[in-house]
Amino acid sequence: MKLNSFWLWAIVIAAAGAALTIFDVIVINKFIYFASYVILQYVVLATAWNIMGGYMGYVNFGSAGFFAVGAYSSVVLYKLIQAPLLVMIPVSGIVCALLGLGMGYLTLRLKGVFFAIATLAMAIVLETLITNWEYVGGASGAYILRPRTIEPFGDYIEFLFFVMLILAIFAVAVARWIERSKVGRGFSAIRDDELAAESTGVPTLKLKLLATTISGFLMGVAGAPFAMYVGFVEPASAFNLVYAVNSIAMPMIGGATTWLGPLVGALLLGTVQQVATVTISSELNLLIVGVLLVFFVIAAPDGIVGLVRKWRRGGK
Amino acid sequence: MNEIQNPERLLDVQGVVKRFGGFTALNGVDLDVKKGERFGLIGPNGSGKTTMINCIAGALANDDGRIVFKGITLDGKKPNERTRLGISRSFQIPRPFGTMTVLENLAIPLEYATRTPARQVREKAMDILETIGLSERADHNSGSLTQIDMRRLELARAMAASPDLLISDEAMAGLSSNEVDDILDILFKLNERGITIIMIEHIMRAVMRFSERIAVLDAGQKIAEGTPDEVVNNPEVERAYLGE
Repeated sequence: MKLNSFWLWAIVIAAAGAALTIFDVIVINKFIYFASYVILQYVVLATAWNIMGGYMGYVNFGSAGFFAVGAYSSVVLYKLIQAPLLVMIPVSGIVCALLGLGMGYLTLRLKGVFFAIATLAMAIVLETLITNWEYVGGASGAYILRPRTIEPFGDYIEFLFFVMLILAIFAVAVARWIERSKVGRGFSAIRDDELAAESTGVPTLKLKLLATTISGFLMGVAGAPFAMYVGFVEPASAFNLVYAVNSIAMPMIGGATTWLGPLVGALLLGTVQQVATVTISSELNLLIVGVLLVFFVIAAPDGIVGLVRKWRRGGK
Repeated sequence: MNEIQNPERLLDVQGVVKRFGGFTALNGVDLDVKKGERFGLIGPNGSGKTTMINCIAGALANDDGRIVFKGITLDGKKPNERTRLGISRSFQIPRPFGTMTVLENLAIPLEYATRTPARQVREKAMDILETIGLSERADHNSGSLTQIDMRRLELARAMAASPDLLISDEAMAGLSSNEVDDILDILFKLNERGITIIMIEHIMRAVMRFSERIAVLDAGQKIAEGTPDEVVNNPEVERAYLGE
């Protein structure tokens, strides 16, 4: 493959991440790794949401459900075989891909707001199931003991940060590939007019299932390290509404029609939230998201990326 | 049933029934369209024309009867599969892919229905746009087109699927007399290339001039079929349109 600027950037960023974690550049405050991990996790979630919501026009309100199933898959693997993180990630991804495929099958005929409600309902059903499943701790949650250190990264949190960085790069690369492929053009046709798409030869059913599966996989992958990150998983935190809201708001604020949108939205909004958590209060996060979302929906429906593009075109 | 398929027969609709709840929109309609034919389908509002098209194109599933295309029974086939078999339609109310340019609109059927490799898409799309008279708008956003260009785009996109049977659902409604002639010219041109065309139209002048054969639907039943002259002089047809 030709090494274009996207992959050059990806390699540079991955290498910088590796250097940052291996050589302990930031020694004063480990919080930077904790905060960056959360931001990167949102890059994955927002990108995954956007594959269905932005490209294909199917709004998924159940992101938290996928995220939590990813996290709980890891809990199960930990309880069963004390699996290492690098096993948890692909397995959680596959579990959530299957969940996405199943959701796709069940909600096929639903469109617009009905689809959105069905996804929300699915998340609630899943939360109820997990809450009543004693093996993974039920309502009181499960503890995971993560290793203190791992070579060559040193502190385990640095390793988690690096893993999430790689996952974020992977998710963005997948989204970018879809956007430029025949599959992506098929998604756009479905978003613009599903009936017309069908009658111009687009296999809408197959493409919808593909979208829910890929999106589910990426959300599961984002949730997989969660157990290791927090060390204690309970339904209320894993299924938190914040995940669903953020994974919708970030692509909308960044710009939902391109891979760059969720990336920009997640980095920006994620950073603002982390800063707000430290300086003001963590309760303020949702308020910030809400206000920004309202502002962008009214003032810049195509998000930041759309705004910049318009501005550039106007400047020429 | 006719076991021996007439090779001339491209589309064979046999006793198709479609109900919506208690309302019977199509009540045992037979149609047969020959290869290369220009076929008109007319009838008063609500007579079941668009329902018929939706059953043929697969947007609706018929409750009874069968539809055979090129000797293949279409029952249970999805619209996209039927498009790939060679049935293409334009919509009565234009349904462009609004976020795409005119050319990108054509790229969808080119890539999906005819499996055109991505690097040949532009060339093929431009060919079709040339024929339809829309090449100057190729890179315009499809949402910003005028009514007539929107109709042209509908036909161009249907053409991009390289159909054997093109169903034009009221492609001329609301157009001026000159514009109607423009669309008619396009349809004649496509027919000369060997494409069978079913035209649904309310503009009698157009449908009479265009069709070799016409079928008339009224209240879900076929009440007449024949050459334009035969149909016009049919007392049943007169009654359906003008009342007793």
